[in-house]
Amino acid sequence: MSATTDVTQPAPSTTAPAAADTARRRLGLGRFRELSLIPAILVLGLIGFIVSPAFLTADNLIGVAQQSTELSLLVLATALILICGRMDLSLESTIGVAPVIAVWLVLPTSGGRFNGLGLFPEWMAIPLCLLVGVAIGALNGFLILKLRLNGFIVTLGALTMLRGLQVALSEGQSIVDLPSSFTYLGKASWFGVPAAIWICAVLFAAGGSALAWLRHGRALYAIGGNAEAARTAGIRVDRIVWAVLILGSLLAAFAGILYSGHYGSISATQGSGWIFQVFAATVIGGVSLNGGKGSVFGALTGVLTLQLVVNVMTLAGVPALWNQFLNGAIIIVALIISRFASGEKQE
Amino acid sequence: MADTATIPAAGSGTPAPVAEATGISKRFGATVALRDARISIAEGESHALVGRNGAGKSTLVSILTGLQQPDTGSLRFSGAPAPAFGDIDAWRSKVACVYQHSTIIGELTVAENLFLNRQSPGAVRPIRWKQLRQRAQELLGEYGVAVDPAARARDLTVEQRQFVEIARALSFGARFIILDEPTAKLDARGIGRLFDKLRDLQQQGVAFLFISHHLQEVYDLCTTVTVYRDAAHILTAPVAQLGHRLLVEAMTGEAAPAAPGSASASPVAPAGRSELLRIEALSLPGTCEDLSLSVRSGEVVGLAGAAASGNVQVGEAVAGLHRATSGRISVGGRNVRTGSVPSALAAGVGFVPEDRHLQGLVNNRSVAENATLTVTDQLGPFGVVLPARTRAFAQHMIRDLDIKTPQATTPVSALSGGNQQKVVVARALATDPHVLVAIRPTNGVDVKSKEFLLGRIRRAADEGKAALIVSDELDDLKACDRVVVMFHGRVVAEFDRGWKDEHVVAAIEGVADTTTPTAASTASGNHQHGR
Repeated sequence: MSATTDVTQPAPSTTAPAAADTARRRLGLGRFRELSLIPAILVLGLIGFIVSPAFLTADNLIGVAQQSTELSLLVLATALILICGRMDLSLESTIGVAPVIAVWLVLPTSGGRFNGLGLFPEWMAIPLCLLVGVAIGALNGFLILKLRLNGFIVTLGALTMLRGLQVALSEGQSIVDLPSSFTYLGKASWFGVPAAIWICAVLFAAGGSALAWLRHGRALYAIGGNAEAARTAGIRVDRIVWAVLILGSLLAAFAGILYSGHYGSISATQGSGWIFQVFAATVIGGVSLNGGKGSVFGALTGVLTLQLVVNVMTLAGVPALWNQFLNGAIIIVALIISRFASGEKQE
Repeated sequence: MADTATIPAAGSGTPAPVAEATGISKRFGATVALRDARISIAEGESHALVGRNGAGKSTLVSILTGLQQPDTGSLRFSGAPAPAFGDIDAWRSKVACVYQHSTIIGELTVAENLFLNRQSPGAVRPIRWKQLRQRAQELLGEYGVAVDPAARARDLTVEQRQFVEIARALSFGARFIILDEPTAKLDARGIGRLFDKLRDLQQQGVAFLFISHHLQEVYDLCTTVTVYRDAAHILTAPVAQLGHRLLVEAMTGEAAPAAPGSASASPVAPAGRSELLRIEALSLPGTCEDLSLSVRSGEVVGLAGAAASGNVQVGEAVAGLHRATSGRISVGGRNVRTGSVPSALAAGVGFVPEDRHLQGLVNNRSVAENATLTVTDQLGPFGVVLPARTRAFAQHMIRDLDIKTPQATTPVSALSGGNQQKVVVARALATDPHVLVAIRPTNGVDVKSKEFLLGRIRRAADEGKAALIVSDELDDLKACDRVVVMFHGRVVAEFDRGWKDEHVVAAIEGVADTTTPTAASTASGNHQHGR
C-alpha cells in the first residue's frame, strides 16, 4: 500500500502529426532548459555592476573564473557520473589525497619540512598524481560494479578513508615545499589569463563535444536513461560506467594539481566539504540525480552561478558570515526555478 | 496430450526454417524453466507461442535472442548454428525482438533510439546529427511509421513507440522477429494498426514469433501455433485446424479433481441483500473505461482477467491507489474519494495487495507489527502504540488466521510464503472492513494455505461483508459466487456458480463469444494450469 499514483500512460494516439508537433515544441523547451541559468547569470552580472564598479573589471572576472576552476573540474566529473546514473562522493577527498601521495613518493627522504620516500624523480609528480586518481576510480568501480555494493555508501566510505589517508601521510600539516613542475600549471599565466582557466575551458569543451557527438558519450545518456535498454542495444554498460568513474577520479586528481599550484601548498583540508557545492552546482545546472539528463555546459553555468553569487555578495559588502546561508538559499531558489522552467518533477 | 506433427514449411523452396530450437532445457536454481522444449519457425510464417504464466515463454525468448544460454539443446538460424553467446551484433542480424518491456530511452530522440550505439560509423567518429535524422526518416518511411525522428521518445504514444521498436529491430537486417506481448499496452485500434503493419511485413517475407495472452489475436494473425505448458512443449499445429476449445485445453491441461474448499458451495447470495461495494462507470486512464460492478453483502465476487485487462488496477482503485478520471466508487452507500487510501480505509475497504513483498509486508519487522499496521489507532490513546495491546491484538489474529509462527515477535521474513500471505490478509481484516479487496490472494502459497485463505475470505462474506477477489487463477475464482471477466479494460462476461473452466479461460484470453452460456453443472472439468 504505497503512495497514491496516477495511472499515467500516454493516451492512444489521436493523430500522429499532432503528437509530433508537441514533441517538437518540447524539444525546443528541452534545449532551452540547458540555458535556463544564463538569465540568472546575467541578472547577477547586472546586480554586480550596480553594487560595485570593481565588479566589471578584467581582474575581478578572471579572479572569479580562476576560483571556479578546481570546483568546475569536480563538477565536470560529477556531471559525467550523474548522467550515467551513478554518483561518486569521494571526489572531494581525491582532490586532496592524490597530490599528497604523489608528493610523498617524490620528495627526498630528508632535508625538507615534509619528508617523502624519494622513490621517483620530481618530474614524475604530476603523472603519479593522475595515476593515483585512476587507481581510486578503478577501486570504486570495482566495489560498485563487480562486488555490486551500494555506490553511495562505497564512495561515502572512500571519502572518509581517503581523507584519513591524507591526514595520516601529511601528519595533518600543509605541505609547502612542492616540486616546481607540480605547481607550474596552477601558477602559470598564458596570454594574460591563468593557465588553469584555459585548461578547464578545453576540458569542458572536450567533455561537451564527446557527450554530443561521440557514440560512447551518447552511451552515458542511454545508460542513465535505461540501463537495461542500453544493454540490449549492445552497449557495454559496466565497462563504460567503470571508465566514467575512473575519468571522474582522474579529473579530481587533476583539480588537485591545479589547486595545489594555485595556492603553492597542499592544505590538509583541501577539498573538504566541497561535494555538497559540487552536487548543488551540477543539479541546478540541469543534470538529473536520476541519470540520463543534463549537459556539461549546464553544469558549468551552475558553477559560475554559485561563484558569482559569492563574488557579488562580497563586493556588496555582505559579511562573509552570511555566505553559507546565501549559498544554500541560492541552491533552493535555483532548483525551484529550474523545476518550473522545465515543467518536470525532480524525483 | 500427444504431440501433433509440425506442419511442413508452407510453399516450396528452402527447407531450413529461419529459426529452429530443439531439446532446449534451462534451469534457474531449483526451478525448471524449460524442459526439452522445441520450436521451429518457417520462412515468412507467422507463428504464435501461447501458454499460461510460467509456461516458459519468456525464457524461450531470451534464449532465442541470445540473452541467455540454454543448459542443453541446439539452436539454428536458417540452417546455420547460432552465433557465439555474447556476440550481440551477430545475434541481432539473425533475430530481432520487441521485448515485453519497452527498450526505448525516453530522454533521447527517436532518431537516436533507432540507431543507439551505432549513431556513427566508428567509435571515435563524430555523430552527424542531421544525417542521422535523415537516416531515421528513411528507416521510418520504409516501414511506414509516421513519427518525427527529432521528437523526444517519451513524448510518443505507446503505439508509436512500439512501431519505433519494430523498425529498429528490423533495421539490423533480421528476417525473423519475436514480438513478446506487443498488444499488452495497446487499445483495439492500435492493435488493428499493428496487425496491418505486421501483415505488410509478412508479405515482404519477414517471419514472426508472436507471443500473446489473447488467443483471439492468435487466430487473427497467425498461421501456426505452438503451445507450451509447465515448461514443456505441448503441441504445434496449424491455427485453422485447432479450435478454441482444443487450444484452451492444451493450455490448461487435462482434468484434475475439483478445487477443495469450493465444493461446499454455499448458496448464492440472495438478491435482496444490500449492496456493499458499488463501482459506477469507473474510468482509469489507460487501463479501463466505463466499468460498473457491484458486490452485495455476503457475496464473494471474482474479477478475472489477463495481465493487461486492467482488473488489478480496478481492485487497486477501490483501495484508493489510483485516481479515476470519471466514475464513482461507493462502499456501503458512502462515496470514496478515488486516489485516497485514507478515504478508502475510512469507508471500510480492506486490501490485500498484489505483491506482498513490494506492497504488503515490512519484511524485517515482526508478525505482530505487520499485522497491526492498519489499526495502530486502536492500540492506545493519543497515537501511542501500547506493546501489550499490540501483542493481544496480534495473538488474536494469529489464532484467527492460523498463522504458523513461533512467536508474535518473529520477523515476518522468517515465515513461509503461505503464512506471510496470511499476515497480509490478517492486516486487511484487522480493520473489520465492510469490503475486502484481495488481489491474487493465493499467489505463491501452498495448497493448504490456499484453501484456508479462500475459506477465510468466504467466512468474512458469511459474516455479512462483501469480498472482491481479483485474480486470474481458476482456483481463486472457484471460491467465488460470481465471476466477472475483464478484457482490455471492459467487462466482457459474467458467470454464475458452476461455470466451466474453458469458458472462463476463453473469456480471459479474449476468445469467447460474449454470449457464453453459463453452464449449470458444477465444476468438474479440467482446471490444472501453470504457476
